[in-house]
Amino acid sequence: MLNPDLSTIDLSLAEFERYSRHLIMPEVGVEGQKRLKAASVLIIGTGGLGSPLSMYLAAAGIGRMGLVDFDVVDTTNLQRQIAHTTADVGRPKLESATETIRAINPHVQVDGYETLIDSSNAMEIIEPYDIVIDGTDNFPTRYLVNDACVLLGKPNVYGSIFRFEGQASVFDATQGPCYRCLYPEPPPPGLVPSCAEGGVLGILPGIIGIIQATECIKIILGKGNTLVGRFLVFSALEMKFRELKLRKDPACPICGENPSITGLIDYQQFCGLDRGGKTSDLLDPSERISVAELHERLRNGRKPALVDVREPHELQISRLDNDYEIPLGNLETHIHELDRDQELVVYCRSGERSAKAVKFLKEAGFSNVRNLVGGILAWANEVDPEMPKY
Amino acid sequence: MAIEIHIPTALRQYADQNSTFEVGAGEVHAALNELTTRFPKLRPHLFTEDGKLRNFVNVFLNDENIRHLSGDELKLKDGDSISIVPAVAGGR
Ligand SMILES: [Zn+2]
Repeated sequence: MLNPDLSTIDLSLAEFERYSRHLIMPEVGVEGQKRLKAASVLIIGTGGLGSPLSMYLAAAGIGRMGLVDFDVVDTTNLQRQIAHTTADVGRPKLESATETIRAINPHVQVDGYETLIDSSNAMEIIEPYDIVIDGTDNFPTRYLVNDACVLLGKPNVYGSIFRFEGQASVFDATQGPCYRCLYPEPPPPGLVPSCAEGGVLGILPGIIGIIQATECIKIILGKGNTLVGRFLVFSALEMKFRELKLRKDPACPICGENPSITGLIDYQQFCGLDRGGKTSDLLDPSERISVAELHERLRNGRKPALVDVREPHELQISRLDNDYEIPLGNLETHIHELDRDQELVVYCRSGERSAKAVKFLKEAGFSNVRNLVGGILAWANEVDPEMPKY
Repeated sequence: MAIEIHIPTALRQYADQNSTFEVGAGEVHAALNELTTRFPKLRPHLFTEDGKLRNFVNVFLNDENIRHLSGDELKLKDGDSISIVPAVAGGR
């Protein structure tokens, strides 16, 4: 439980009225409301999870909220990132989220960090806050946030989402396990699809984000049983929660008995990513083809064989004149369907999965295979404005 | 005897899109073996080449992580459930 000095915290008349439904609850009351006002919470990421949780925490009367985001609002965010509106497309997320929070509750102090949180700034950003809420979308940042929280002794309210499934917990190494106790290592890059590749049900971050907000408020109030030592797995399709026990690993490299990690490390490297980290950037120029060049080739009748490595449901949105349709995950088992001597152009949505496919096919002995740079998204942008984008 | 294995969304593509799989095995590792024999594409996502459970995947027997169980604790009884829980990073 946090132990703030409440003697300096006062609620104004306007605040008494605003929080009246809290004040009449014995679990909150005036003291609890003052605790909320005295509390500071750092929210890393104002996207799917960060949107709903920051809005509810603002409404609840958290005194100071820090927001970390460097991204810009994109139309594809609006299906779930409810802190941002249609009019905000193209604006920094930090700006629109701050506006949303202030509109909900002007009594909240909002401090923005428009930066990519990394090993060089994480300790400094996190240090002044009581609680950290992790709403990021990649493994390097997940491990970074975990390690910084362990080193600084801060509770890390965790949530993650994929399609119809979510996970939530509270990692607080001062009294329980940390994220590394559960997953000592991240999966190799490319093995687990991201929300951008795999999709996510729009309401799912709402459910998981609100669980995170709930845990945050319980930690501040010192009430109830938090998710420390417990891991919730939620399935929206089954509408079921499963609760799993977590234990502190005595051999944990950061919160165990003899920690080997005593400061922040290079998380890109730890997660097997080079700086920049994209397979498509690593391909040789001879292994790439632009949409303009492909367009030219189609027009003058020298069409290469097109290999679409997207998932079947993506093909329903848009497609080129495909010769092969083999999702990336099935490429290995269906490789015999491809002709080694044929000129192949591989594509996907944005050119990243297809880059992996090109790398794989090259290693398998295919000589004449190229990646469509920017994928079908670039095709829609540069060649065919009528094609739907996703 | 019916033991249900929960297959997480992220791994269903390697298990013919099944969300659960029923096994008859009497022990957790045998049950996982039964699962990966039926869906061989799942195997490399769960185990290293020398058969160790991968560091970014946990398997729970009911609510206990099997890394913390041994011997008889890994035996299965009717109604037990096994959950595969991989690391998931999504949040935006
Ligand atoms: Zn730990």
